[in-house]
Amino acid sequence: MKRIRIHYAKTEGLRYTSNLDMQKVWERALRRAGLPLYYSQGFHPQPRIQQACPLPLGLLSRCEIVDVWLEDDTCTLESTLKALQPALPTGIELLKLEEIDPAAPALQKLAGSADYDITLLDPFPVDELERRTAALLGAEALIRERRGKNYDLRPLVEDLAVVPGEPLRLSARLSVRDGATGRPDELLAALGLDPFGARIVRVRLILAEA
Amino acid sequence: MTKRLSESAEIIQEKLERILPTVTKPGRYTGGEYNQVVKDWQAVQTRVALAFPDIYDLGLPNLGLAIFYEALNDRPDVLAERVYLPWLDMEAALRSAGVPLYSLETHHAIADFDILGITLPYETLYTNTLNLLDLAGIPLLSKERTAQHPLVIAGGHACYNPEPMADYIDAFAIGDGEEVFHDIVNVQQAWAKSGADRAALLRALAQIPGVYVPALYAPRYCADGTLAGVEPIEASVPRQVLKRVVGQLPPAPTRFIVPSIDVVHNRVSVEIMRGCTRGCRFCHAGMVNRPVRERSVAEVVQTIQTAVKQTGFEEIALLSLSSSDYSRIVELVEQVREKVTGPHLTVSLPSLRIESFSVELMERLRGGRQGSFTLAPEAATDRMRNTINKPIQDQQLLETAAELYGRGWPTLKLYFMIGHPSETLEDVQAIADLCLEVMAVGRKAIGRRASLHVGVSTFVPKPHTPFQWVACDAPEMIEAKIQLLRRALRSPGLKMNWTDPRETLLEAWLSRGDRRLGEVIWRAWQHGAKFDAWQDQFNFEAWQTAFEESGLNPADYTHRDRAEDEVFAWDHISPGVSKAYLLDEYHASLEGRLTGDCREQCYACGILPQFAAMRRQLPKSAWFCPGGDPAKA
Repeated sequence: MKRIRIHYAKTEGLRYTSNLDMQKVWERALRRAGLPLYYSQGFHPQPRIQQACPLPLGLLSRCEIVDVWLEDDTCTLESTLKALQPALPTGIELLKLEEIDPAAPALQKLAGSADYDITLLDPFPVDELERRTAALLGAEALIRERRGKNYDLRPLVEDLAVVPGEPLRLSARLSVRDGATGRPDELLAALGLDPFGARIVRVRLILAEA
Repeated sequence: MTKRLSESAEIIQEKLERILPTVTKPGRYTGGEYNQVVKDWQAVQTRVALAFPDIYDLGLPNLGLAIFYEALNDRPDVLAERVYLPWLDMEAALRSAGVPLYSLETHHAIADFDILGITLPYETLYTNTLNLLDLAGIPLLSKERTAQHPLVIAGGHACYNPEPMADYIDAFAIGDGEEVFHDIVNVQQAWAKSGADRAALLRALAQIPGVYVPALYAPRYCADGTLAGVEPIEASVPRQVLKRVVGQLPPAPTRFIVPSIDVVHNRVSVEIMRGCTRGCRFCHAGMVNRPVRERSVAEVVQTIQTAVKQTGFEEIALLSLSSSDYSRIVELVEQVREKVTGPHLTVSLPSLRIESFSVELMERLRGGRQGSFTLAPEAATDRMRNTINKPIQDQQLLETAAELYGRGWPTLKLYFMIGHPSETLEDVQAIADLCLEVMAVGRKAIGRRASLHVGVSTFVPKPHTPFQWVACDAPEMIEAKIQLLRRALRSPGLKMNWTDPRETLLEAWLSRGDRRLGEVIWRAWQHGAKFDAWQDQFNFEAWQTAFEESGLNPADYTHRDRAEDEVFAWDHISPGVSKAYLLDEYHASLEGRLTGDCREQCYACGILPQFAAMRRQLPKSAWFCPGGDPAKA
């Protein structure tokens, strides 16, 4: 058995494919590539494919990671890459493959924080955005409601800065720890901006050292 | 071609950036899936938009469109792109942002295509079709379109009675579409080069066998409002349009589009056989898809292998109207199991006969017992079974049930139909009794784990079937029959689903309607009817109002006994099966007389003489019609 870590960019073609559906996208791409998927045991065998941390629907990413388990030890990184490349849908751009110890901890447990590049689609006064950013960072707590539950967004915002220019951008570092994930659209709403009025790209994923 | 709006795709793309994040399942509206085909618009002669007039989730798996998509895109001079109907939230967003309906592949406005091909497999897509044209900015009425608009064509099972949609569709393709679609494209191309007007295009299309151009025909009515006939208004067009048949099934599609989001069927579909020889008298598909043609075992296996490789799908469906009748079913199942199914691929084989052997087949095919098992007895008394020509024995059903529960399937699904001609409450009581017996068999085999799902639909006397002369069962009777079943079928482990009788009524009006229904459909759509096939969107009041405003009595279409010499709205369309044969079969049903499987003996349905020339060109085994001399049959 082999565990291969695939680093990839999620681009326009799969922008509106949810995390759950990405699981199927990978499963089918790997099958098209003719790679020997490793299946779980039991009544409903599932291929073992683990994604690092959910990317909210509509976001793009330059730093997605997925671990796949293959049955066959003879697969090399080169042969896997070669088989995979033509089998991928538009929307996945391979960046790097690496072999991982099959017993290494799950990706989800390693995910720590993520950087987002947020481009505002509408013009907005830069001073006002600076002021709101400072206020948000200075706040003790930012209680928000999501799916009927209250939570504090503030500790999930690790860093936030305005990137002046045309168009105006924001650079944010949010927590993506298991069970403590900050959503960029929530951040925009907290800043009093239209959560749908931005193009958001996840640019860096920071894994905790195993 | 000066009408192209080359910038339209970019403008649409820009507006979508704002719209998509605000709607449910935006992945329906982006395209970009694996195996989609994107071609250069300037490098082809003809651009075809293929439409399924319901949402992406239902439309993407449609096999008919998959066939055309692959075949048209294989032509270097043609491109084909897809369009489905947006769900309510997306429709509202598109309308308010002024974005016209666009194709998924390149986001071109549908109005910019040369041909819009709409599949109409069932009648409850009619209001959606108007909505689709409206969202595309194409005039709804065929007569209001000019040479600047796409040619709007339709095909599919519902088109065997094209009259209700005659005002809106420029040309209908009747029958198998594989060859006629190319003919239509070729005629359109020649017309586009000629620079002639739109009327010339319609005339040219009417010369293609199997193509019905409603603008060249007019209905005539009797003083009492009944139809006197639909007749050509020009001598150059045929009085009756005979459906197209492909002598042998062409290679099946293998490059299925792989959706990036979940849809209703995520699978490779292979049609193993077209047509059915059983002759169930209520069955539209069984009458209009004759003769029976099979794909060879080798071809099916090869198709699956290629398709799985090209799609990565985890599920394969072997489709036909009656799998058990496929002549080499055992060999097929063996070969599929040997050559295709890894432990992680599922293969489904629907429409199996009610016999223990079916259980064995499924067991061999899947090597496991996942999911449920579906059988369709349709009726529960011998009298009814003889009437509808679907003879089965209770004993056989009970044995099959015992077998499959015993071998580990926990769930059996049974389909019945109520409202058959001359059906009484006793016949319906028999359905309940039989279901309870099946349930008891299940309990005996596996105890409380056994479950039974009973699906009850209501009979519609469909055009081109032996029951086309029959009136629909009275609404009070249907109601009483459903109530009887609901009361009787209360038992742990037993679940019953039934169709809303009002939905059946709509299906009956639309499938039996004449050209006057066109106005009713338009009015119903104006009153908000759309997604008529969706239970939660069904708007019966809109339809009632539409009938009233049009001055038509819906019962005239559905609840009136027909004389044997009645002129039907679909008589000028021929499925190859003759009206005389259908009438014979109707008489046989009244006498409770069974007609056998026509693989064994020819009952002279009319297909062989109609297509005698074609048959002579083919190897004898190509069609599953017995008898040496087709002219005599």
